Amino acid sequence: MEAQGPEGEIVSQLWIFDLILLIFLVLTAVISLKVRDLLSAAMIFGVYSFLICLLWTGMAAVDVAFTEAAVGAGVSAVFLISTVLRTSRRSSD
Amino acid sequence: MKALGFIAVLGTGLLLLAASRDFPNWGDPDSPASSYRLSRHFITETINETAVPNMVTAVLADYRGYDTLFEAVVIFTAGIAVIGILRRYGSRNSIPSARETPLTPKKPDLIVESTVRLLIPIIQIFALYVIAHGHHSPGGGFQGGVIFGASFILLALARDLKAAQNWVAEKRTLILACCGILIYAGIGVLCQFLGDNFLDYQILHRILPTDPVMARYHSILVVEIGVAFTVTAIMFSIYSNLSSNGKMKEGI
Repeated sequence: MEAQGPEGEIVSQLWIFDLILLIFLVLTAVISLKVRDLLSAAMIFGVYSFLICLLWTGMAAVDVAFTEAAVGAGVSAVFLISTVLRTSRRSSD
Repeated sequence: MKALGFIAVLGTGLLLLAASRDFPNWGDPDSPASSYRLSRHFITETINETAVPNMVTAVLADYRGYDTLFEAVVIFTAGIAVIGILRRYGSRNSIPSARETPLTPKKPDLIVESTVRLLIPIIQIFALYVIAHGHHSPGGGFQGGVIFGASFILLALARDLKAAQNWVAEKRTLILACCGILIYAGIGVLCQFLGDNFLDYQILHRILPTDPVMARYHSILVVEIGVAFTVTAIMFSIYSNLSSNGKMKEGI
């Protein structure tokens, strides 16, 4: 947490932002596993991908963040939703 | 059993958290990954050797081109696997499914129709920009290809699968996907024919009207275009198979 970058002040302030993102990351991961409605689970999985994308951006890994936004939050959410709509919407466990 | 699983997950999580204390700090210049001579070579020499300002693209498509070639092959294989499992020809209905009828009666909606008509050209131009500008800014073949494929998926969602298939028919998607891999691998084989290693682009200056550095620069663009072809085609192919239950007749 006491990472000092070239712009020391900014980096030491950003850890609060990172902490909030990480807490939401864990929450969305648990919720998307726990929720019975698979359509909601697919949507929350998209939110999870988007939060990871924000974390990558915060770590200045913009190429990875871009891929995560396009593939994770974009297309794979659509794939999951179309699969849910074509199969069953309720989870059995 | 459930309690046992919870304890196992908790134990593994705590172990991983404890191990993360040994990681170097984020952005630490003295960490093993940063101090190894290969990283220093990439950071200082990329611009001289390939003339690409975005190091990530140069490493992805040039220094580790072999890796990226097989990433594209992985996506291609995934698409072929989805087609192999889901695609059903003819009218026989061997696999029972939960829903065969369309979810909503299809009628064109004025607002959706006009919005999509405005959005799709912008999305496609942005995708082409991402592919072509990957040398200078974040982006490249994978991201641009996914965005381009998403524009067709948007059309299929807003109208129906038929409308999108008028643009890219099923046969054409597969030809496009194969073309992408062949472009990438073909560049590598071409390098071999000219007497250098597989995917060692600098030898291409013999047939391109440029010097070795710019030959690498332009070859990166060509392989990115190949990756984009494959990813665009496979993304749309996977979506159309998933949404139509493999029948390619009507989407969700």
